[in-house]
Amino acid sequence: MFITPAHAASGFEIDPMHQFEIQTLLPLQIGGIDISFTNSAAWMVIITLAAYIFLATAMRRSALVPGRLQSLAELSYEFVLNMVQQNAGKGSLPYFPFIYTLFLFILCANMFGMLPYAFTVTSHIAVTFAFAVFIFIGATIIGFVKHGVGFCQFFVPKGVPIFLLPLLVVIEIISYLTRPISLSVRLFANMMAGHAMLKVFAGFVGALGIIGGWLPLGFMVAFTGLEILIAFLQAYVFTILTCIYLHDALHMH
Amino acid sequence: MPQLDITTYASQLFWLVVCFGVLYVLLSRLALPRIATALEERRDRIADELDQAAQLKKQSEEVLAAYEASLAESRERAHALSQETRHKVQQEAEAQRQKIDAELREKVADAEARIKNSRTQAREQLQGISSELAGLILQQVAGTSIPQQQIDESVAKALKRRE
Amino acid sequence: MEPEAAKLIGAGIACIALGGAGIGIGSIFGNYLAGALRNPSAAQQQFPNLLLGFALTEATGLFGLVVALILLFVV
Repeated sequence: MFITPAHAASGFEIDPMHQFEIQTLLPLQIGGIDISFTNSAAWMVIITLAAYIFLATAMRRSALVPGRLQSLAELSYEFVLNMVQQNAGKGSLPYFPFIYTLFLFILCANMFGMLPYAFTVTSHIAVTFAFAVFIFIGATIIGFVKHGVGFCQFFVPKGVPIFLLPLLVVIEIISYLTRPISLSVRLFANMMAGHAMLKVFAGFVGALGIIGGWLPLGFMVAFTGLEILIAFLQAYVFTILTCIYLHDALHMH
Repeated sequence: MPQLDITTYASQLFWLVVCFGVLYVLLSRLALPRIATALEERRDRIADELDQAAQLKKQSEEVLAAYEASLAESRERAHALSQETRHKVQQEAEAQRQKIDAELREKVADAEARIKNSRTQAREQLQGISSELAGLILQQVAGTSIPQQQIDESVAKALKRRE
Repeated sequence: MEPEAAKLIGAGIACIALGGAGIGIGSIFGNYLAGALRNPSAAQQQFPNLLLGFALTEATGLFGLVVALILLFVV
């Protein structure tokens, strides 16, 4: 069942969800599982290449006094390094490459999604949920490896009356289990809502025509700026929450 | 909503794993170590140069201290020298002054003696002239004469009274 | 009531969540500003926390929006 949410007076039809559709570019199947090369996959490849080419050209000749591109690369490195050290605490350095890759991948995905006609990889719950579940399971495994069965104490708050304890433990476990959901839905919903909103306003521009279309157009320009900020912010928040979960696993509060 | 179309999940997950895995390997093996070494090198270099600067500063401070010490020493010496010179000059001047003083005093004493001498001479002459004059006056005015001895005595008495 | 109408009404009601997010974001920025004016030297250090709080708050509103979209397009 599908409803087109906005019909303009001129018969101009807007479908804000169309931009999220996945189109197969190259059908591919392995063992009966459909792993076709789609537009989503194409953008993932572009993101990967862009991220790597950026770093490779930036560090092609690592000068003592960095140029523009190199200082950008070093800035991103130190930005993530600071984030990891401040939020994940001691013993988190082995996970730094993963967190840096995560940050760069999500940032690139969000930013490339802002290009016109581009596909936003992170606007799909499958992608963000895969990240979130991987981080959740990874953090839990790290916690159990590090603290053994003692990691279960993480769910027992300290200094609480004994009769409240069962209730609080249940709440703690539920809040722990909802972490991957909130983590993934936050990113996915932000990306999707922003793009859908831009699309709706773009529809208004078309529907109001050359006379009244300027108002939504101006709004769109301003909102695109906000979306770029949000694209960065969500990558930052995703990464910092990963650091915090890692901190919980490593140090238990 | 295309996001909830389960048939696309397998393909998305597959390509996500491939791309993310490739990126992770590339970054953790190639790119990040290069950035880390570049930053490390820069930090080392800066620390090195700061060290060097500190050393140079210490050296210059030492040189400055030595210079100041030599300056103070030479000033001291100059002071002492000038003091000594002044002392010597003062002494010399004092000696000269004393010598001149003595000479002057001698001369003064000499002159005083001479004056005294001439004064007594003058007085004697004066007495002679006065008594002669008195005898003459007496002879001319009074027409009398008294013995020269008496005139001499009275003139000497009068002169003595005047003194 | 037609199921179609119920769906639209439900989507509309779900969007009320965005109002809460708006209140929350306003409170976060307002309190940050108040704190920053009291102690401007500490403001710069807390800026990342401001962004974090903003993103976390905004996300709760967007959960409501997602529910609305699911109601519109999926159910």
